[in-house]
Formats: sequence, structure tokens, C-alpha cells
Amino acid sequence: MMGLASISSVTAVLIILGFVLIIVLNVNSLAFGAKETFDEVVVYLLDDTDEKQIEEMGKAFKKIDGVMEVSFQTKDYALEQLKKDLGDEAYILEDLKRNPLPNTYIIQLEDVSKSEYVEEKIQSFEGVEGIRYYDEAVDKLIKIADFIKKIGGWIILILLLISVFIISNTIKVTVLNRHKEIELMQYVGATNGYVRGPFMIEGIMLGFIGSLIAILIISFSYNYILNYLSDRYMMMMVGMSGYIVGIDMILKDLIIIFLTMGIGIGVLGSLISLKKFLSV
Amino acid sequence: MVRGVTVIEFCNVSKVYKKEFTAVKDINLKIQDGEFLFIVGKSGAGKSTLIKLLLREINPSDGVITYSGQNITKIKKRNVAKYRRKMGFVFQDYRLLPKLTVYENVAFAMEMICCDSKTIRREVPLVLSMVGLSDKAKYYPDELSGGEQQRVAIARAVINKPEAIIADEPTGNLDAETSKEIIKILTEINKRGTTVIMATHDMNIVNSCQKRIVELKRGVIIRDIKTRGCIDESKEN
Repeated sequence: MMGLASISSVTAVLIILGFVLIIVLNVNSLAFGAKETFDEVVVYLLDDTDEKQIEEMGKAFKKIDGVMEVSFQTKDYALEQLKKDLGDEAYILEDLKRNPLPNTYIIQLEDVSKSEYVEEKIQSFEGVEGIRYYDEAVDKLIKIADFIKKIGGWIILILLLISVFIISNTIKVTVLNRHKEIELMQYVGATNGYVRGPFMIEGIMLGFIGSLIAILIISFSYNYILNYLSDRYMMMMVGMSGYIVGIDMILKDLIIIFLTMGIGIGVLGSLISLKKFLSV
Repeated sequence: MVRGVTVIEFCNVSKVYKKEFTAVKDINLKIQDGEFLFIVGKSGAGKSTLIKLLLREINPSDGVITYSGQNITKIKKRNVAKYRRKMGFVFQDYRLLPKLTVYENVAFAMEMICCDSKTIRREVPLVLSMVGLSDKAKYYPDELSGGEQQRVAIARAVINKPEAIIADEPTGNLDAETSKEIIKILTEINKRGTTVIMATHDMNIVNSCQKRIVELKRGVIIRDIKTRGCIDESKEN
């Protein structure tokens, strides 16, 4: 029973750690992605804007103070990009009678502090349907990421301490059950390493098994969540697909982190228990 | 080891617990190699404290204890195991492992510190034969009498060929007849050169076997008498 409690506590800590890590990585990735466009202003053009107007607008945009670079993206190019992003689901675009995406100008800012000025200038042009600029959203995303990191860190620390405590108690029960044998070993002249060895191995095994179970649960459940979200919120997921962290991207690192932490918890729990209860 | 040479020495040794209770005070005691020594006294006289000090289970509050000239209080914790291998221990309550057979209990002591299975298979039967339990090798402790269990404990104590045997009330749970058998075995072991230190409150045993007696009362040595030979031994001679 105690062994089961120990394994469960290690598994619980690592699952929570895993999900906190995944959330933080995803939020960081999204914030980074948003930050990449932070210094970009996307200008959507009206459909009836002719080529000559489009060209003149481009030249005028380049002259605005604070603009570093201007690039043009045709609606056809945008549609092709969208089809690529959708991948297997691109078939939903086959029945489109016309391309709903607009021609766009992507304006790279020299300095994000000039974003308001540039936006104002662009708004005044004829042919501009709308402007996309996510500075406030990016700020919020970064704040959310920081908050999650802090809270996650505290939760993990508390759970780690609980796990170490539970494993320490499990080992304590084993030590107490084998107290006579241990005492005899020490009288006979067995080294501390010889006496401690089996208990350390027990602690390591508890941590190892707990981490293996956590890895399996995290892998399957995260994949399931991503697939579920893809099915339900396809368009949103497509838009974010470049920034969502897939399980295959982090699995190797997760395995290393989990095994290290699981075994570490086991070893620490054993050491604490042995120090306290072996005294001859 | 050379007979007549001091192997264990207590020099002005005292042990005080919690700054209040003095278990032993100003103990000065030299034990020679190959000697057979009784430490006697009533319950609470300090016999077990002396044994624990010798085992390095506890450290003295004052004084120095040496073994073969080495100050044992200076031994680092990681080296205490190595020090204890010089001695074999026999306890009043035998301390056999109930889930192991007689053979396995004796072999346990060899497994802890050394020895391949071939050496163990060779040595254990020899020692069991010495204590007269060859035919009970496959028995479990709860299938043996008190005297037989103590003989197993003695076999376990000698299997690693220690320099000294420390016995703390080894006959405490045994009747008079069985106690004599145990003393006989310990005497045999002593004859082969092993120092034997036996703590006991059984004066019948002590008086019937005229070995050196160190008597403790309230933590202090009040008597140290050197004698020779057991009465039975002298009769045989």
C-alpha cells in the first residue's frame, strides 16, 4: 500500500509538472510568435483596389517615418499558405467559389514605439480595409506566461516536498520492519553502503516507476487534447499551428526531466529516511 | 595476535547520559590478547555500557578506549564497520533471523563482509560442527531450544574468525545445565586464541569457571580478580 502511495505521489507531481511545462512552453511559444508580429503591422486592402493604387500605397507606406520594410502578399499566395497550413483538411477550401482572403501589405516597424503613429498614418489611406496589430494582446500573453511559471513553480515545489515525504515514510516502514536484520548487519560489520543499498534501490524504483507512468499519461493525454482541439476548433488551431508545441517536439526532454526528477525524489526520500532511522 | 599483550584498554573512561546519569565512571581496564574475562555486576551496574563503548555504539564522555593501540573513539563513522569485524557478538536474546535456517543465519555473517559461496559452503559446516549443530543446519530458529539458538549465535559470532568474542549475558535466558554448555563452547573458543569478554550477572557461572573477574557496582570497578582455569578444566587436567 505504501509503495503504491509513493508511486502515485511521484506520478502526480510529474504529471502536474509536465502539464505546467507544456502550458508554459505553449504560452511562451505563442507569445514569441505574437512578438514576431509585434513589430509588424498587417494592412488588409479592399478587394476593389486596383494594381496601380496598390503600388502607390506600397511606395507611400515606405516613406512613413518608423517603417523599416514593406512587403506585399497577394490573396492567391495567402490562400496557398492557408491550404498548406490546413494540410489534410485543405479539402474544405476546394468548394470555394471565390478567394475570401484580401491582398495585404506587411509593414515591418523600425521601432515599436512608433507603431501608433504608423497605424494612424496608414488608416488615412484609401483602399485600406483594416489593420492588425496585437501589442496589448502580446503584453497580456507574456504576463500570463510569467504568472503561470510562478504559480506552477510553487505548486511543483510543494508537491515535490510531499512526494519526498511520502517516499521517506515508505522507506521508513521497510526499515522498521527490517530493523533487527539491519542492526545485526551493522554489528557484524556490514558497511553503511551495504546496509543502505537495498533501501536506496527501493527508493529509486519507486521514483522510476512513478515517472514512467507519468510519461505515458502525459503523452497520451496531451495528444488527445491536441486532437480534440483540432477537431473542435480547427481554424483557430490552424492559425496557431506554427506555435503549438507538439508532444513529439518535447517528448525526449520530458522523458529525461521526468526520469531525473522521479529517481531524484526516490533517492532523496531514501536518504532522509535512512539518515533518520539507521543509528547503530 | 600475541598472548599476554594488551589488546583492549579503557583509560579513565566515563559515560554520562544527558549530563545527569553516570553510567560508568573512571574505568581503567586492560584486557590481554587471548584472555577470558567476566564482567559482572547487578542490573544497572554498567556492564552493557562498557560493551556498547567497546562496540563503538556510543562514545565515552571522558577517557580513551584503545583496541590494538588504536583509539577507537577517533574512528570515523564510515570505518566503524571495519573495526567491528575484529569482534564477534553474542547477545542474550540470540538475535537470530527467524526467516533463515541455522545454516543461513551463520552464513549471513560471512555474506555481509566477504566471501564467495564456495568459502561459505566450506566454513559454515565446520563451525556448526564445532558447536554441535551439524544435524540441525536446515532447522529454523523457532524449531530449536534456547541453548541451541545460542549455539547458532556463537557459531555466527566465530565464523569470520574474529580476534575477540563479546558476549552480553549469553546465558541470561538459559537454565543452569544449558548455561554450562555455552560456557564450555566459549572456553573452547578461548583456548584457540580468541579473547572472550562475557558480561553476566550469574555468579554461579562465574564462580564455577575461574576466569578473570571484573566487578562493577554503580558504574565503578570495585573488583578485578585474575584467576586461572575453569573448575571443570582443572578436573580434566
